[in-house]
Amino acid sequence: MSDINEVIKKKNGYTLHIVKTEKFKTNSIVFKMKAPLDQDTVTLRGLLPHVMQSSTKSFPSTTKLRSHLDELYGANFFVDLGKKGEYHIVSMSVEIANEKFLADSEPLLQKGIEFLTEVLFHPHATDEFDHATVEKEKRNQKIRIQSVYDDKMRYANSRLVEEMCKGERFALHVNGEKEEVDAITPKALYDYYERVMREDQFDLYVIGDVDADEVEKLCDGLMDLTDRDPERVDQGIQKEIKKENVIKEQQDVKQGKLNIGYRTHTQYGDEDYFALQVFNGIFGGFSHSKLFINVREKASLAYYAASRLESHKGLLMVMSGIESKNYDQAVGIIDEQLQAMKSGDFTSDELEQTKAVMRNQMLETIDTPRGLVEVLYQNAFAGIDIGLNDWLSKIDAATKDEVVKAAQKVQLDTIYFLTGTEG
Amino acid sequence: MKKITFDQLQENLYYEKMANGLDVYILPKEGFNKTYATFTTKYGSIDNHFAPLGEEELVKVPDGIAHFLEHKLFEKEDGDVFQQFSKQGASANAFTSFTRTAYLFSSTTNVEGNLETLIDFVQDPYFTEKTVEKEKGIIGQEITMYDDNPDWRLYFGVIENMYKNHPVKIDIAGTIESITPITKDMLYQCYGTFYHPSNMLLFVVGSVDPEAIMNQVRDNQGKKDYEKMPEIKREFEQEPDEVAEKKKVLKMNVQSPKCLVGLKASNPHQQGKEMLKQELSINVFLDILFGKSSSHYSDLYNDGLIDETFSYDYTQENGFGFLTAGGDTEKPDELSERIQGLLLKAVNEPIVTEENLARTKKKKIGAFLRAINSPEFIANQFTRYAFNEMDLFDVVPTLESLTVDDITNAAAGLIDEKRMTVCQVVPNS
Repeated sequence: MSDINEVIKKKNGYTLHIVKTEKFKTNSIVFKMKAPLDQDTVTLRGLLPHVMQSSTKSFPSTTKLRSHLDELYGANFFVDLGKKGEYHIVSMSVEIANEKFLADSEPLLQKGIEFLTEVLFHPHATDEFDHATVEKEKRNQKIRIQSVYDDKMRYANSRLVEEMCKGERFALHVNGEKEEVDAITPKALYDYYERVMREDQFDLYVIGDVDADEVEKLCDGLMDLTDRDPERVDQGIQKEIKKENVIKEQQDVKQGKLNIGYRTHTQYGDEDYFALQVFNGIFGGFSHSKLFINVREKASLAYYAASRLESHKGLLMVMSGIESKNYDQAVGIIDEQLQAMKSGDFTSDELEQTKAVMRNQMLETIDTPRGLVEVLYQNAFAGIDIGLNDWLSKIDAATKDEVVKAAQKVQLDTIYFLTGTEG
Repeated sequence: MKKITFDQLQENLYYEKMANGLDVYILPKEGFNKTYATFTTKYGSIDNHFAPLGEEELVKVPDGIAHFLEHKLFEKEDGDVFQQFSKQGASANAFTSFTRTAYLFSSTTNVEGNLETLIDFVQDPYFTEKTVEKEKGIIGQEITMYDDNPDWRLYFGVIENMYKNHPVKIDIAGTIESITPITKDMLYQCYGTFYHPSNMLLFVVGSVDPEAIMNQVRDNQGKKDYEKMPEIKREFEQEPDEVAEKKKVLKMNVQSPKCLVGLKASNPHQQGKEMLKQELSINVFLDILFGKSSSHYSDLYNDGLIDETFSYDYTQENGFGFLTAGGDTEKPDELSERIQGLLLKAVNEPIVTEENLARTKKKKIGAFLRAINSPEFIANQFTRYAFNEMDLFDVVPTLESLTVDDITNAAAGLIDEKRMTVCQVVPNS
């Protein structure tokens, strides 16, 4: 297995990452913006990319902007907000056809990069954003924030994080606070935009069958940023747990949602991070894992029962949908599985099987442009360098002993249960 | 083995029909780590009324049985097949739609072993009363999970509004009540009828050697005995042209109301090239009418009637077809009126021009290139197309050939006020 061929160039104010690959029929351009999650800016940051994507100087209406993208063979352009550890990440992505598969050869890659830089550097604003755009997007931001409530799986997960991480940055919502939206003015948003362009950590990814020198030259001509020293915050993974939290909330739902949060005291970049990943795989990451087998297949209590890691924050989250009357039984079975992991009650078959599936999953992830960017960004985000081959070999090298040790560090923090009205 | 070349896309497709009738397609993807394979039977939730293998008399089976069978096929005497796949480094899954049941794996190693497991487990049913009973708890929770999902309820709500008789209106998983009487014998009966190789298609896409894969499948199938199979007799009741219900409002535990307009196609029995042209024409029409670059989209957006959840879609199969448009909205009544009004008006106004058609074609071609980056898309869509006698790789040439008249005529044939309906989900307090 050859490693990913990533060319990294440190530029003024951003880092350019280029991956040349012939796998895809399209070229992908992804711009990542990183800043700490912060009470004072979380709502502004939830709004900003949506205002930026709806119009620019050259395309002062959404209709004009989207028509332009249609002309570029339906270039796909979207913004996305996420949390990674204690940071608030904005991604702006353009995916555009590679002209070599088209009858007429327009320079589409160039036009895609030009478009993205238009969005970044030439917003529809003078010294404040366009009023009508801001008002529309404020309305949509409120709906976006509110919509979490309507998807009960997302809601339960978000409530768990809220309760578990009270007082930590990670408890903030990715789209911001509904009560703070109305007060945002076009001027305040523009001031925040200028601050972002001055202070954020920026990474630009270009993935596809591209010429690295040509991409670099293009970017040198279009990207105009000043150098900066991005703010860093403590990830706070060592929080001490005094007492386990149990939160039960009743709503008119047919299925109860059981979400359990644990602290792992391990994060991306730590020596035992790989063992923790393997632990999660055996515990609840896959359909051969202990949670799936014992909660679903053996006890027939649920359709889904799984776990996942928040690698940069050191959290482990378990989620399952159950009948409310089965709460005690489900919590009991989940706890038994964790205790089994801690006492090394898993076979070497389970260990090897999990490693094989994890290896498979990683190799599949980098078969999509988006997955590839996410894998590479783990490193840029954390400021460390773990290559694909390192990752694969370290997963492979994790011993049973190390997995047990990682499991023993896992500590229950909060149980959140959204219970139906019937039980 | 036949080789079909697509020059513009730089892809080669390999095909062979096995002696027992199974269609096998292989698409090598250079540079990919992953191999993705689907083994699909032309049997979905709508096939609830048919003549079982070797019988003349038609039977009706419980709602949700195709999906139930999908779940149960994974369980064998010596444990479940998920285990087998993961030991071989693969992840496996399955899904049931209105018209198909597909079993699949993806893996980056041991493709031959995984392919053997896939074919063998699907072709070797093992059901017992005990495991059938146990599954009812799991599927019961799956059904309950969807019951709490407002978008799912909205989608099925609008389909139920459209159809009076056709089983497309039945939820794919059935209900807790409808799955209760399912027995192992019923599962064997459905299995025997619909899982014959001549009713199935195998698609393998990834970094594979087509020659070797085809040999392996030929060997595998050669070892199994299948009687020649007559054509399956399926029955569908006559469906009236108009919708069953004009409007339905569901009260749920939500904060944002939701609204979906449905437009039912009139008895679509097209197949092949004709169907492809129809489907693409309507999809192009919808893009011109409601796409983000349309004036209607920005009007609806600026008027506060839609947000980014707004979407539209047209689906057609042999026997049913429908258009849906809508999303989250603060004003569900106003939005449904506006959408229906725009659809009706579009029939009389020249909304399709040479200019916006050319632009929309470019957009669709780009979207197709993006889609074929994905092995999942290729395998799943190719199969759906093939079951309707269409070819996925005809999409781009067919798109290119569409004229303003094609689009206008297709839209005019589809849009009719009596075939329109609306479903809304609103907060219950």
